[in-house]
Amino acid sequence: MIEYSTLKQTGRFIIILGIQILILNQIHLGGYITPFFYPLFILLLPFQTKGYVVLLLAFFTGLAVDMFSNSLGMHAAATLFMAFFRPGIIRLLSIKTEFEPEVEPRIHVMGKVWILTYTVMLIFIHHLSLFLIEVFRFYELGEILAKTIISAGFSVIIIMLTHFLMGSARKT
Amino acid sequence: MRNLFNFILKHYFFFLFVLLQVVAFMLIVQNNTYHRSFFINSTNLLAGNIYSLQSNVRGYFNLQSINRQLVIENETFRNQQASSFLKTDQTIFTFHDTLHQRQFTYINARVINNSVRDRNNYITLNKGRMQGVKPDMGVITHNGVVGIVKDVSNNFSSVLSTLHSDIQISAKLTKNNQLGTVLWEGYDYRKATMLYIPPHLELEVGDSIITSGFSHIFPENVFIGTISDYEIRRGDNFYTIEIDLACDFNSLENVYVVKNIFREELDMLESESRSLIR
Repeated sequence: MIEYSTLKQTGRFIIILGIQILILNQIHLGGYITPFFYPLFILLLPFQTKGYVVLLLAFFTGLAVDMFSNSLGMHAAATLFMAFFRPGIIRLLSIKTEFEPEVEPRIHVMGKVWILTYTVMLIFIHHLSLFLIEVFRFYELGEILAKTIISAGFSVIIIMLTHFLMGSARKT
Repeated sequence: MRNLFNFILKHYFFFLFVLLQVVAFMLIVQNNTYHRSFFINSTNLLAGNIYSLQSNVRGYFNLQSINRQLVIENETFRNQQASSFLKTDQTIFTFHDTLHQRQFTYINARVINNSVRDRNNYITLNKGRMQGVKPDMGVITHNGVVGIVKDVSNNFSSVLSTLHSDIQISAKLTKNNQLGTVLWEGYDYRKATMLYIPPHLELEVGDSIITSGFSHIFPENVFIGTISDYEIRRGDNFYTIEIDLACDFNSLENVYVVKNIFREELDMLESESRSLIR
């Protein structure tokens, strides 16, 4: 059982990173807005995953994206921030805190509204810290906030679409 | 002591987070100062090869426009060939041309990775040390300046694009040879900024801006762009000029790396005379 879930996570990691690096990194909406899809990997980890596993996975996911974006460390730091706030936000949003070992935050488990709130909050944290780190000398805060909100909007749309696609694949 | 261990163990989540975050920030700072991350950088072999694979596939979609561009360039070169000039005087021959000594040679290269949306943008080329590319060489395309080579590996090179905060290009106005500096302030990859043009000069929208050649990186008279707007900011002694860049950084494909044969000689001479004054 453990081996199966490791295999599943590895496959998911490769697919999500492939989509991010090969397709989404080439998209620059309006000149400079790129949707970030790879946080989905951290969002989808089972609720009961140990804290240190989440942090380490977040660090290496970010680092892998950095390798292909010439931004060494920036995505790693942003993804770490996101992973750090994940347990707090799960506790904030749900009444019960104990889940079965393998349960993941998915639409057929938690419902659409819960998943949307959870995604929006964590993606906002991720994008805000990413842009703050990226430009920490140059831009005004308003500029960063605007960029964060627009980019986060696109990222959330793509992640929610993926959730719906995965949900229907599970039922059939 | 045991209490300390217990405390750390109890809050291990927070401490691990801080530890990893410190590592990440160390990477960021190191990367911003040196750009010499041999390990994890798109110049390294794995990423380089994946990118050339990707760019091979993507290349097919642009074949038509590249063919058109090549035809135009061929036409220009044909026009410059000796055979396309009429010989009017058969009695004069040139044995050794001392009037035209060659100063610049060009190495053509293909862009295999490129970005325009960050504050500091980089371009990766598929030519490196083995093909004669060295750090600090200029990179141009058929219609404008692209950037300056920063690092080279054996088969790839990493270029600081004009869209980078560390790049300042010595430039001049075509119509009156006034010297200024072109740099990028962020925001839009189609616009750049030119500074240090004194305010008594008359400017017009549409005036063209070319390289000065004073930095020995680019040849003289390479097109940079045209003036789209200008103003004197309050408290400034110079114009702040907005430029429409001629080169479309979002669709770079084939570029030329410029090698200045006299570069070392010029740099040595200039640094010598500067050190004498002090």
